[in-house]
Amino acid sequence: MNTLFTIAGMAGVTYLTKALVLLVGERVRFSPAARTALGFVPVTVLTAIITPMVLAPHHAGLELSWRNPQLVAAGVAIVVSAWTKQMLLTIALALGAFFAWQYGLR
Amino acid sequence: MLHPVADTAPPNPRFSEFATGARDTIPMLVGAAPFGVIFGTLVTASPVPVWQGQLMSLAVFAGSSQFIGIGLISAHASFLVVWATTLIVNLRHVLYGATLLPYLQRLPWRWRMLLGMLITDEMFAVSAASQRRQPGRPYGHWHMLGSGVAMYVNWQAWTLVGLVFGSAFPGLQSLGLDFAMVATFIAIVVPQLNTLRALAAAVSAGALAYAWQDWPYKLGLLAAVLCGIAVGMVLSRRAMTDAAAAELTP
Repeated sequence: MNTLFTIAGMAGVTYLTKALVLLVGERVRFSPAARTALGFVPVTVLTAIITPMVLAPHHAGLELSWRNPQLVAAGVAIVVSAWTKQMLLTIALALGAFFAWQYGLR
Repeated sequence: MLHPVADTAPPNPRFSEFATGARDTIPMLVGAAPFGVIFGTLVTASPVPVWQGQLMSLAVFAGSSQFIGIGLISAHASFLVVWATTLIVNLRHVLYGATLLPYLQRLPWRWRMLLGMLITDEMFAVSAASQRRQPGRPYGHWHMLGSGVAMYVNWQAWTLVGLVFGSAFPGLQSLGLDFAMVATFIAIVVPQLNTLRALAAAVSAGALAYAWQDWPYKLGLLAAVLCGIAVGMVLSRRAMTDAAAAELTP
């Protein structure tokens, strides 16, 4: 029930952002500053979500160690992505590193 | 020769625009498929019931906010934080709508309501390119509809595959499947960190989100995002003034 309510709200908010301009026309205008701010949204939101998952995967303090598979595999993902910019390759190699680290090398 | 008319009639322009729109979207369909599967599998490892995972794909239909929604719900975020984050992540759609509006202004209300539902990053990319290439086509909106419907059906199908897959192998959730989301987000973010201000905004948001992770209802995440954006804005302003100063210098 609770999750249903949350999902319904997400659907409403998302539809609003998609259809609002099409429905009310050109009355919606963005200042250059607003456009600049919007440009920073993807990188800040996604980084804010994953950083705690990588640095403290067990919700029990900082795990800055080569024994932390999340941290090692995130490092692999960053290097592969910076080098190749290939999304699926990045995900595949990072998942491979993660599972190898978690189950193979201990 | 029972239907000679059907053989000689010109192809229906609505249908041919629709089909071209769907065909132009094929590479995007292939690209979205793995994310649909990952999303569906993540749902089975979360507190969200399986059928609500499909409902999310049907009603929200926005990949990144669906991933974020599942992540936040799993972390017991308040519904208000989920909605606020969804709003922030989806604001880019307003820019898409504003770009497509000139091509849709003369259409009836229900057409604009329908195409609004179908806007995604992929549909926008295909539609804007097609309209720019050949503007003023009488049935151009059918091209958008074809692209949007193709993305929609594709996303539902791959979500279902992921839901079935995740339900069939319930052990997956203990394997650390949520790392698939981490890897996906890194693959989205890193190519965008091509300026110092983008890098500074992302690092600030990440560090503050870590520092503030124990705030109630995940409010720390929202605050970290706003601070990250503020850092980016301050550095952008400096970059702009520097550029203006450089222009003034003879």
